[in-house]
Amino acid sequence: MFYCILCYNLESELQAWSREKEATVMARSEAVAHALASQGRLGPVGRLMPTTTAMTVRASREPVVLDGPFAETKEQLLGFYLVDCPSLEAAIDVARSLVGDTGALEVRPLARFYPGIGLQ
Amino acid sequence: MTDVAWIGAALTAARPQAVAALLRYFRNLDVAEEAFQEACLRALKTWPVNGPPRDPAAWCIFVGRNSALDEMRRRNKHDSLPEDDVIADSEDNESAMVERLDSSAYQDDVLRLLFICCQPELPATQQIAVALRIVSGLSVQEIASAFLVSEAAMAQRITRAKRVMTQSAVAFETPGPAERAERLSTVAAMIYLLFNEGYSASGGEAHVRVPLCEEAIRLGRLLLRLFPSESEIMGLTALMLLQHARAAARLDENNNIVLLDDQDRSKWDRGLIAEGLVLVEKAQRQGIPGTYQLQAALAAVHARAATPADTNWAQIDQIYAVLEALQPSPVITLNRAVAVSKVRGAAAALELLEPLAEPLGSYFHYFGVKGALLKELGRSNEAREAFNKAISLARTAAEAAHIRMNLDKLNS
Repeated sequence: MFYCILCYNLESELQAWSREKEATVMARSEAVAHALASQGRLGPVGRLMPTTTAMTVRASREPVVLDGPFAETKEQLLGFYLVDCPSLEAAIDVARSLVGDTGALEVRPLARFYPGIGLQ
Repeated sequence: MTDVAWIGAALTAARPQAVAALLRYFRNLDVAEEAFQEACLRALKTWPVNGPPRDPAAWCIFVGRNSALDEMRRRNKHDSLPEDDVIADSEDNESAMVERLDSSAYQDDVLRLLFICCQPELPATQQIAVALRIVSGLSVQEIASAFLVSEAAMAQRITRAKRVMTQSAVAFETPGPAERAERLSTVAAMIYLLFNEGYSASGGEAHVRVPLCEEAIRLGRLLLRLFPSESEIMGLTALMLLQHARAAARLDENNNIVLLDDQDRSKWDRGLIAEGLVLVEKAQRQGIPGTYQLQAALAAVHARAATPADTNWAQIDQIYAVLEALQPSPVITLNRAVAVSKVRGAAAALELLEPLAEPLGSYFHYFGVKGALLKELGRSNEAREAFNKAISLARTAAEAAHIRMNLDKLNS
């Protein structure tokens, strides 16, 4: 079974971290990632850009494109896509084509990306 | 949980929101700051034992407010309590507080806190210093060292600035759209000044001023989180990110400024550039041009060019044309002339320069650009004259040296 592990924290706090703190945290997560990778168990890993770079495409009669991250607490995170796009606009277009009758899709660029192994 | 460094970062992150909310409750900056300070002391005692709270800002507001109310009750004989409606909700528990924080009130709280630092009667450097103290929570010592003054002198400045702030009338009602827009633009200007305090530094002082740039970026992101649809705040944040991305390439080993064309672009921070580029694109989607956004768009063109020769000068020319229309200024026209010289040649650029002779008659860059254009056209004597004038107007040794290099090329 594949498991997706999603990271949540206070963004404002991460942005107040010292370089040492950032390095310590990254070193710890890289150690775990290395161990998993060497066992062939690590799929893609990404670090998202800050929420200030996010856009949200919300279902409506015509999909509505909003500035900012997905901010509701009523809906639940159900899945994700990782797409390669030449621009934010192109990524929004993909989201527009994916959005259903209800719900929302947040579009957020990746700051870092490790492709990992191709999990079977 | 004994990681004190973690607690420090959490409190720094919570500070703007917590002090701003406490200011709204108590309508007194000193009381708000003291209340937050008290909350910090208690956090240092209890968080290592109980673990961190889910929402450190809400925790600080709750604890800070209660401790300040206790303190007031103790001194009740002398001080009168705030109006009942201000403290009526003192029985709230933490979760109710957290819920209320989700409301849009707190975006205006933080904006108000930043805005009251921008007292027009205070010189810009004092506005910045007091914002660093109150909003960012930097120590007086840290601020003094960034501004290269003694701690005592900085403490005095901040005290004076705070006095001006306390005496000014602050509107605590929720601002209307026009007032909010005005506050945002005043605060944006202050944040950009703060950034430039760090960015324009060179020489031995450059290193100690980098934190000013980082703090300005942190405040820009904070403001953008609160006002996610403001294209000029996107533009401001993008502009700072794209400029700061060049920090490692901007100074040589002697801390002299390295011009854009001569910078080692492999030293540019690609992460900051990527974030800046996304924000420029986000801002442009709205189709409302603004000065930060356009300056960010200019920085974006340079950031996208792998080498100086790859620079899309036609695009730079277009952006300057919009900027010129939005905010006519001889300096902008001068900068546009540089782009025009690359796209349509030196003669066309020189034409743009003609009306600038008077307004920029004592401006170093005007004569530097003019000399370079004349040199390109083979008008050596006039070029020499312009370069000599530029050297006489240079403000730094690096500026003069750059022009001298051009003069030498002319003579050889």
